[in-house]
Order: sequence, then structure tokens, then C-alpha cells
Amino acid sequence: MTKPLIIAGKTFSSRLFLGTGKFASAQQMQDAILASGTELVTVALKRVDVHNPQDRLLDHLKHPRINLLPNTSGVRNAREAVFAAQLAREALETNWVKLEIHPDPRYLMPDPIETLKATEELAKLGFIVLPYIHADPVLCKRLEEAGTAAVMPLGSPIGSNKGLKTLDFLEIIIEQSNVPVIVDAGIGAPSDAAKAMELGVDAVLVNTAIAASENPVQMATAFKIATECGRIAHDACLAKSVTHAIASSPLTAFLDD
Amino acid sequence: MINFQALFDRQDWEQVKSSIYAKTETDVEKALSSSKRTVEDFKALISPAALPYLESMARLSRQTTLKRFGKTIQLFVPMYLSNECQNICTYCGFSFDNKVKRRTLTDEEILQEASVLKQMGFDHILLVTGEANHTVHVDYFKNAIRLLRPHFANISIEVQPLEQHEYEALIPEGLYSVLVYQETYHKERYKMYHPKGKKANFYYRLETPDRLGKAQIHKIGLGALLGLEDWRTDSFFCALHLDYLQKTYWQTKYSVSFPRIRPAEGITAPEYIITDRELVQLICAYRLFSEEVELSMSTRESEKFRNHILSLGITTISAGSKTNPGGYAVEPDTLEQFEISDERSPQEMAQVITDQGYEPVWKDWDRSYWG
Repeated sequence: MTKPLIIAGKTFSSRLFLGTGKFASAQQMQDAILASGTELVTVALKRVDVHNPQDRLLDHLKHPRINLLPNTSGVRNAREAVFAAQLAREALETNWVKLEIHPDPRYLMPDPIETLKATEELAKLGFIVLPYIHADPVLCKRLEEAGTAAVMPLGSPIGSNKGLKTLDFLEIIIEQSNVPVIVDAGIGAPSDAAKAMELGVDAVLVNTAIAASENPVQMATAFKIATECGRIAHDACLAKSVTHAIASSPLTAFLDD
Repeated sequence: MINFQALFDRQDWEQVKSSIYAKTETDVEKALSSSKRTVEDFKALISPAALPYLESMARLSRQTTLKRFGKTIQLFVPMYLSNECQNICTYCGFSFDNKVKRRTLTDEEILQEASVLKQMGFDHILLVTGEANHTVHVDYFKNAIRLLRPHFANISIEVQPLEQHEYEALIPEGLYSVLVYQETYHKERYKMYHPKGKKANFYYRLETPDRLGKAQIHKIGLGALLGLEDWRTDSFFCALHLDYLQKTYWQTKYSVSFPRIRPAEGITAPEYIITDRELVQLICAYRLFSEEVELSMSTRESEKFRNHILSLGITTISAGSKTNPGGYAVEPDTLEQFEISDERSPQEMAQVITDQGYEPVWKDWDRSYWG
């Protein structure tokens, strides 16, 4: 049994978080979410009618196991992000927010400067902030100082399914971090999720790889298993790889005779 | 910083046209196998040489769209606020020389129309007018957006080109995007289609997206009116425009539409035809050229065409559209801009989208984002 994940005092037994975009229907999204075993799903504020209790998307996310993590996708700066977070807090009754500030609509690259500014402001306002960022070790430390609850570096460009292209930087971030590290964006296959978990990240967030697959429910199950598998391997401490051969009959053994 | 006019003026219509028609199967294959496609690749993909590759293009386009947008199609609806127009455009039902009754909606009528569209389920709305600066001007738009903002998540406009400061004044009111089609990029023939009115100024229209980019609008919609000139050449210039804008105003989103000339009051059949097959080719070419551009389909097209194009690259579609002011509730029989082809209701269209395994998305923005 692996240790549970704790973010801002809240315990999660699943280390797989899901996005809710790109599914063919709300029902398919719900089925995939349940199959994944996730306890945290992120939902774009712009997609839901927060003033309508019968909103179709929100309705399909009502489950005792599921915690909602509203995201600020669509905002372009810290000011808009703070406003969106406040609206989400009021409407969805959660002070958790996934901070997404990507002013570049082509590659959806996160803006580090505005993200840091917004994190500082939101943390002061009592929010549990989970910011989507580049795999930038220095930025992660600055966000920690600003009061972030976790950091969410990208593995590769969002929606690209290219996997862990930022591996070297993720290793540094994991080594230095005092808050949970969640790989957000780029994870394209269950093997990427397993790799991230083996590496020591605390959780992974997946959307496109599941929603855009031929069978989202089956794929969600595969990610569930892969995430668990990777974490168990991490906890068991992987045997270290070496670059030089260690012969079973060493050439220098005679020295010990 | 270079503006688009300078880039455009370096091009020669006839040379561009010749280079498109000279593209070979090798050029098409290179474009198809490339991971980052250039405007030269776009030329190859819209060339006659690409037609035998249409099925491959369609498959790639579907795959690319699914990756970026998932199985979702956004719905929007136009609301015509006025059919008054000071321009003579030889292809448009609102043309000044059409001696028919004109009207511009009052506040009460705007809200009446809004109420019907809300009941249909729409949350994204496109406000459309002719170009009559004395009645439908920036203050009229400001008032209309203020009236509609509490009722819709997302408001776009398709009106006469405005000055940068005028766009800047509309954005805080809740304006999300502006659609401005060049109609044709053929500078000389443009004058023939627009003999009178402010619209006759080719370069003022051409530079409108630059003014929008500088005003930091969220989204700019581009397009050429298919049927005025050779569609391949016009589409190349539109793609060049898109490419320039994406690099220059990198925080702005873009959409492309594919309006084919439709029958309208006083209009003769278009001189240049784009067939259904070629329109599919064009849509797929845009998707392969730009993975993230929104591709929009109107009710100008037939039911059959719209049903099939849903999964080939289109991301945004209108439904139940009326092209006359007050057409939904106030006065259904006023002058329409053009005849629509697909008359299915929004709910019927949503069902078609669902039946194809896609989710109809009514809302993908929030008015609270305006602060």
C-alpha cells in the first residue's frame, strides 16, 4: 500500500487527477472519471454555468468521491485570474483553484510572471492555489515562497501527448520541492504516467490522452493502473542504473585473496 | 514592426495564382508529411495537385482536430441588428442600391430577440449589421453589448471596420471577438465589387485585423467570400494574413470562416465556383496549416454538407440562423442578407452533433471574465 497524497491538509488516495474537456458527452466524461478512480477533477469555469444548479457538466460531476478543482482557463493575466477564482469560490463553494494563465492561444504556454503575481494575491486571499507552469525549478521555489499549495509543471505542451520532454527539469523540481509536484500537460500514455510516478512526482493530471482516445473509459482504467504501478515502484525504491559494468567475477578479486 | 499591408504589397496576385496551380504531387506529399507546415505547404494543399489526396487530408484533419479540440462542437447564432447599409456591394442583399425597407432594432426589440435565442439554448451570440455609420455606430454597438451582456456568455460582432480606439472602447463592455472578412484580396477587382461607400477603401479593410490586434481583442475572425475570385488564390492570401497575425498578435485567438456566395435580393450567380469537394479540401488545408485555428461553418451550407463536415475539421457551427433584423421574433419578414440553406432548429442540429459522437458546446466563455 502506498502512502496517501496530502495537499493543503486534504488526503487523496488516488494520485491521478483528470481534466473534463474534450469528451464526446457528459456521460462519457463521468464514466471515464469513475473508471479512473480519481478524487480530483479540474473543470473550466468558462465551460459551466455556475449560476445554474442544473448545469449539465456540473451535474455529471456530483459524486461523493469527486472534488472539484475549478480552473481559470481563458484568462490572460493575474487580474482576470483573481477575479475568476473569486467567482468560482463563491459559486462552487471551494477555495481550491487551478491557476491557468496562458495568454498564448496557440501553444497555451503559461505566463510565469502573471502566474507568480496571481499566486501571491490568491494565497493572501485564502485560496489553495495549484498553478500550471513551465518545468522551471526557480519559478517553483518562488511559487512556494508565494504560498502555493502545489506546483504543476508541464511534461510537454498541453494536449500534445508528447510525454515527459521536461524530464531533466522535473527531476530538479522534485528534488527541491517542499510542496507536492503534479505533472500537468503532455502526458500522452499510461507509460508516461507510470514514468512520472517512478520519478517521484506526487500526482499526474491527464485529459487529452483519455478524452481523445477511442475508448476513454478503458483508457482511464489503464491510467489508474499505471499511476498506481508507478507509485508502488517509486516507494519500493528502484534499483539504481549504472553506466559501467559490474562483472560477477571481478578482475580484481584476486587482490582480496 | 512590419504591418500586413507591407507584406501584402510584396505579393503579386497572378504570380501567387500561378505558383499554386504549378504545385506538384511531390509538393503535396511534402506538405502532408511535414510536422510544421508553411504557407508554401498551404499552397500545395489547396492546389489542384492535392485533390487526389483528399481522403488522406481529411483523415489527418480529423485526427489533428480531435487532438486539439476533442469531440466537441461549439454552437453560436447570429443576431442581425440592422440591415441599413451605405455601401454598394454587388453580392450582398443589404446593398445600398436595393430599394427595400430598412430597419434597425430598438433596445426593446434587441431584448425580444435575445429572449428567443436564450430559449433556444444559445450562450454565444454574433451581432451583425450593415455599414451605416449614422445609425449603427460605436455608441449603438456599446449600447447593444451592454443590453445583451447579462444574457450571453460570449458576444461577437460582424460590423463595419472600426478604429482601434473604438474597439478598445467596446472590449471592456464585453466584446469578445470581431469577424471581419476581406471579401476578396484581389485589390483591383475589390474595387469593382465595392464601387461606393466606405467599404470601397481596400486597405482600410485589410488593416482592420491589425487594429484589432493592437486593441488586444480576444479573437479575430478572418475569411474570404468564396465565389468572388479564384478561391485558391484568395484563400492563400487569407492564410498569409492568418500567419502574419498569429506571429504578430500572439495573444489573440483566430477563426476562419468559409462563406460561399448565396442567393440574395438583386444578386446574380457567382462567377467563380468552389465545389463541395474543393470546400472540403480548403477546410482540411486550413486545419493542417494551423492546428489551433477555429474553423467555423454557417447555415449557408446544405444539411448534407454540414452533417459530413462536422468531423473533418470544423469546430464551430451556427444553427437556426435568421439573416434579417428581428428575424427571430420581432419581424420575421424583413430584408435578409442572404438565403440560408440549412433550416434545422438548434436542437435538431445539436442532436445531429450528438448522434455523430460529439458534444454540442453551448458555453465556452464566461461574462465574469470581464471583471
